[in-house]
Amino acid sequence: MDVAIIGIGLHRFGRSPDLSGMQQGASAVRAALADAGLSWKDMQFAYGGSQDAGNADALVNELGLTGLQFTNIWNGCATGGSSLHAAYSAIKSGEYDVGVVVGFDKHPRGAFNPKPADWGIDEWYGETGMMLTTQFFALKTQRYMHEHGITEESLIRVSEKAFTNGSLTPTAWRQQALSYDEIANSAMISDPLRKYMFCSPAEGGAALIICNADKAHLYSRKPLFLKTAAVRTRHYGSFEVFAPSQAMNVADASTVTASKAAFEQAGIGPEDIDVMQLQDTDSGTEIIHMAENGFCEHGEQEKLLREGATGINGSMPINTDGGCLANGEPVGASGLRQVYEICVQLRGEGGARQVPNNPKVGYTHVYGAPGLSGVNIITK
Amino acid sequence: MPNQVPVHEGLFTWPSTKPQLLGSRCVDCAETAFPAQPDCRSCGSRETKIIELGDCGTLWTWTIQTFMPKAPYKSDETPETFQPYGVGYVEMPGGVRVESRLLPNKPEDLHIGMPMQLEIIPFRTDDNGDQIMTFRFSPVKEA
Repeated sequence: MDVAIIGIGLHRFGRSPDLSGMQQGASAVRAALADAGLSWKDMQFAYGGSQDAGNADALVNELGLTGLQFTNIWNGCATGGSSLHAAYSAIKSGEYDVGVVVGFDKHPRGAFNPKPADWGIDEWYGETGMMLTTQFFALKTQRYMHEHGITEESLIRVSEKAFTNGSLTPTAWRQQALSYDEIANSAMISDPLRKYMFCSPAEGGAALIICNADKAHLYSRKPLFLKTAAVRTRHYGSFEVFAPSQAMNVADASTVTASKAAFEQAGIGPEDIDVMQLQDTDSGTEIIHMAENGFCEHGEQEKLLREGATGINGSMPINTDGGCLANGEPVGASGLRQVYEICVQLRGEGGARQVPNNPKVGYTHVYGAPGLSGVNIITK
Repeated sequence: MPNQVPVHEGLFTWPSTKPQLLGSRCVDCAETAFPAQPDCRSCGSRETKIIELGDCGTLWTWTIQTFMPKAPYKSDETPETFQPYGVGYVEMPGGVRVESRLLPNKPEDLHIGMPMQLEIIPFRTDDNGDQIMTFRFSPVKEA
């Protein structure tokens, strides 16, 4: 049983002061239903999640009490990836023909402040100031730069590309391109990462209507196909967030194993991907994820970024809508925003940010605490 | 002299004139954990023993926390008195890299591979007037 994506919807990321997070989720579902030409009562199942904006299944209060199976998913920043995987499995199993995946969120301003106990860690770790995602990404980037000869120039180029792409994306939160110097001179937040190298917690919603591919043409003239969805958690020794210690032998990150599984299941390789979304919590992480997902060798990023390979007209366009850096990160919605953008690109509806030459295969990668990754491969 | 209480039992030997970080080692696969774990995360064994990890190591990676974290951060500081602090992983002779606050808080004073020394420091004062003690690493002073 193959799986098709027949509707995509987004409630613009950023700040929507007059709407709750749940209302933003409902807005995204309505947009996805309209795109598919279907109504809420046609939905046989739903998977959804949010971190700070309530239980996803309460969306039925907004959308209608139709009695559908609605399962809440929570997997940190990888919530969207896990929700889509669950829906993918529901279709693959043959149990359902059509359903919705939704993510939404509404975070307060400033860095996230997770509670240690929620992650199986004792209080002292948070009390003494080590339970910060920003710190982890800086620590991992610092080590990565040291081991693989990546310089600050590459960190700046990732942000420069993100905000350029954001400026071409009508739905992006940050729509102003930033110059190399503006990024290079922005405040140092967590060495080596500066202000304009981090994404911010935000608000927004994203939704997808997915269905049994055999029936996709009943609903849509432009279905896309979800070839695979793979989610993997960390191994012993992988260097991940919220870890009071790190084993001496560093193992592959969850991203490496999720990516390998996805490529194996899809029967294709990194060279077959035309456009991709890689989790860019910060610019260092995008660089690391380029190699962890198999798109280049460790250390090769420096040259690729200098050549503009990851830009919209480059050989490996990454985060064409500006990614998390330009869209912010509403945790529940972020992984689905990635899939939304890949669908826009594969449909050829990217406007000023459209990747040229009719891209046919797209890839998304989301990373979440405490070390899990979700990868999707989508084709025309 | 106020009463000095560790921020959490079992992280380091205290009181001590030469405090050591504490961890655990798996009896079956010999992997080392910090903090000490009753179960082994590498092989799943339920047999681990508490060991001393040492009091010096080398810096494996580092950053600087420039803004005051929100709760659960719990210090005596206010946004006005907050001082940036270093954070890093220190590779211990006991066979594990431990995340720790670092004394240096300027990039020019930190580099990967530098030798670091454990110190136990007062972190904050609790409501009873007790000093809450935590661990930190500082550069090894040149002889």
